Amino acid sequence: MTTTTTPAGPRTLPPLGPTRKLKVPKQAERTLRNGLTVIAVRRPAVPLVEMRLWVPFGRVHLARGAMLSQTMLSGTESMTSVQIAAELQKVGGGLSAGVDPDRLMLSGAGLVTGLDRMLELLAEVLTSASYPSDEVATERDRLVDRIQVAQSQPAHLAREALLKRIYGRHPYATQTPEPGQIRAVRPAALRTLHSERVHPAGAQLVLVGDVQPEKALDAAERALGGWAGAGRTAELPATPPLEPGPLLLVDRPGSVQSSLRIALPAVSRTDPDHAPLQLANLIFGGYFSSRWVENIREDKGYTYGPHSGIEHSVAGSVLVAAAEVATEVTGPALLETTYELGRLASLPPKPEELEQARQYALGTLQLGMSTQAGLAALTSAYAGNGLRLDFLAEYAARLAKASIDDVAQAAARYLAPARAAIVVLGDAERVTPGLAALTTVRTEPVS
Amino acid sequence: MASRRSRIPATKYPVERFTLDNGLRVVLTPDRSAPVIGVAVVYDVGIRSEPEGRTGFAHLFEHLMFQGSENLEKLAHFRHVQGAGGTFNGSTHLDYTDYFETLPSNALERALFLEADRMRGPRLTEENLRNQVDVVKEEIRVNVLNRPYGGFPWLTLPPVMFDTFPNAHDGYGSFDDLESATVADAADFFRRYYASGNAVLAVSGDIDVAEATELVTRHFGDVPARPAPKRPDFTEPDLTAERRTSYTDALAPLPAVAGAWRVPDPVTDFAGYLPYVVLAEVLTDGDASRLVERLVQRDRTVSSLGGYLGFMGDPFDVRDPTALLLQAHLPPGGDVDKVLRTIDEELDRLAIDGLTDGELARTQARMATHLLRDTDAVLGRALQMAVLEQQRGEPGLLNELPRLVGEVTEEQVRAAAATLRPERRAAIEVIAGGAR
Repeated sequence: MTTTTTPAGPRTLPPLGPTRKLKVPKQAERTLRNGLTVIAVRRPAVPLVEMRLWVPFGRVHLARGAMLSQTMLSGTESMTSVQIAAELQKVGGGLSAGVDPDRLMLSGAGLVTGLDRMLELLAEVLTSASYPSDEVATERDRLVDRIQVAQSQPAHLAREALLKRIYGRHPYATQTPEPGQIRAVRPAALRTLHSERVHPAGAQLVLVGDVQPEKALDAAERALGGWAGAGRTAELPATPPLEPGPLLLVDRPGSVQSSLRIALPAVSRTDPDHAPLQLANLIFGGYFSSRWVENIREDKGYTYGPHSGIEHSVAGSVLVAAAEVATEVTGPALLETTYELGRLASLPPKPEELEQARQYALGTLQLGMSTQAGLAALTSAYAGNGLRLDFLAEYAARLAKASIDDVAQAAARYLAPARAAIVVLGDAERVTPGLAALTTVRTEPVS
Repeated sequence: MASRRSRIPATKYPVERFTLDNGLRVVLTPDRSAPVIGVAVVYDVGIRSEPEGRTGFAHLFEHLMFQGSENLEKLAHFRHVQGAGGTFNGSTHLDYTDYFETLPSNALERALFLEADRMRGPRLTEENLRNQVDVVKEEIRVNVLNRPYGGFPWLTLPPVMFDTFPNAHDGYGSFDDLESATVADAADFFRRYYASGNAVLAVSGDIDVAEATELVTRHFGDVPARPAPKRPDFTEPDLTAERRTSYTDALAPLPAVAGAWRVPDPVTDFAGYLPYVVLAEVLTDGDASRLVERLVQRDRTVSSLGGYLGFMGDPFDVRDPTALLLQAHLPPGGDVDKVLRTIDEELDRLAIDGLTDGELARTQARMATHLLRDTDAVLGRALQMAVLEQQRGEPGLLNELPRLVGEVTEEQVRAAAATLRPERRAAIEVIAGGAR
């Protein structure tokens, strides 16, 4: 071993200074007459403003929803796509649109001096997006290309297989449309979908940045007060309970790695079990200093970036553990994973492990709030799930008081390997023997 | 529409600089608006300094710096950072390697202790080396070997553009080179490049300057002094004839192409370099940009397009030689020659006809937003200032960038475009081996 030493000899780690209490920034909120809720948060660190518009978008036709987000900024009754982009650029702004099974999200950021203009342009798109045929045709081809590229990526394929496995017939089961479905989408269908589902009732606009919250609300009201239209809303059914069963092996011949995905049950942010479960998750695999990472990466070198985390969607929550492991150690990596889950589910964690996870959970709340973009993402995610920023303080208090017993109980309830749904994407010929030695394996070809 | 110029705002982060007796340069930039800090230590060694036969070594060594140090066991670094509520990482670039943390501000002294401890001496053991070679191989499999377009173009284009080992080799490394690395190699690399005189420490965020100065001195003051090694000259002559090559990517479903042109020295000729940074955005930033409008919207010859400075997209933290890159993904059966010809045509048009009314100002406004957004995060500030100190002795340049970008003129952008001639271009084509 080679270590340089210095004359001072052994040194001890300095203690932490006093903890600064979590301060939730001031926010203002107003629900406009058209049903749009606007939330404004002041964080003046840089002269910018972040914008997030969440429009409820559950149960939307998959291909049409994807195409709508791809083409919403392609033109309005009075502007071309290039004009919209150029006008946004003038104030240092940009807008992009995306969908998932819960929502349509329009996100942007720009110089704060351009807030009014960005809101006007947002309103222009919301009230008169025109889905011009030419642009729709171009974007259709681009989206098909993008889906093809996604379908060649192991992480995407593993995700698709996992969603199908855990959600069965629920709308969350399939989140990427097939190229053929995309090719069938016509502009008229997009205009219909827009008028049916892109409406202000139930939508939330979040503005975060170098703005006085009340003034930001006024600006939003001026620009978006005229966004009218009421249409269908759609509730998603609750997600089905996770069904354990044989390991699903998706065969991707020639893979030099296997994508290991394990789904476990989880609860929503407001559930009393959530904070203890979050801590149990951290101890298992939710951060670098977790048992799983220390085992399969730092001890055994099976993988680069294993990680587990709780995913919250409107209709339910799930815990997913993911690792890309070398083909030749796929079985052993699963063995270690199951071992670590089982160990935490059946034995309480050590006090110092819990304290370390707790500090991490509390500290990263501070970090997440310390940028405009981070605050905007958090505020919007909360708002979309019916929460406000003050929930952060409540959540921090719950993290602070979760006991070893609470965490052990949450681990026993949610992390038990007997409750897991497991998907592996890899070269079946090479990994089947190792996996079959551990559990029952059902193999499918890659889609 | 008449051009109305958005006023380009600036930040005013204060900058305190000093140098310890052992040669460590320190940059402090306080901002007490949130109780968090960013800590960055940057060493002036990167991929270009790797010895021949040791491809990937700078990056492998980055991993070894996390494996224990004078007073810390393996795993302790991670646990102490995260147990203080922070996050950490490191990354290896062509010209530097960085190590960084973002933490609640009550962990300042702890972070300084951890960084100083490994600057005095990492624990370089055979076991840790073998373990991290395995981890790095998995990293390469995830990012390069098991995915489509892996390493495109940052690993695949330099060998087309450059001839010397420092500039042309694979910075992720070959498995053979990685496996044959030894503890002695690592010790030598540490002694030579991880000298206090070759490093910069930057701390940003919720700090008191006097207190932070005292803590920095306390923890780093007795790091043994070692001078910076002399940085070799990595210069290579510009291309005088077009270079083109191609390879089949067995996983890629669609063709792709990247082209690059050498640009002026980013450090010694910053004024000559900046117009290229702006030009890349004029060409590719969003639907209103030149090449997106032409190639994506009008011709439909590409399905996506990007343009940037530096092989790692790092316009303000790279040294010469570097390049302006354009990369595009094409639809099935797409014609790469046609795409390159159209790019040449648009560059000519820009050089000859100039920009349209307002085109430059709006591009600059958007660039300002991007720059300000990056500095909003305490860590973005610390990292950038550390590298600006290291490469230019000018960390405060970070505050000036939005303004300087805003001062680039149309004439300069046109002149820059005029230099991007086909005969100076290196290009690489990805042939879709995974087309279905």
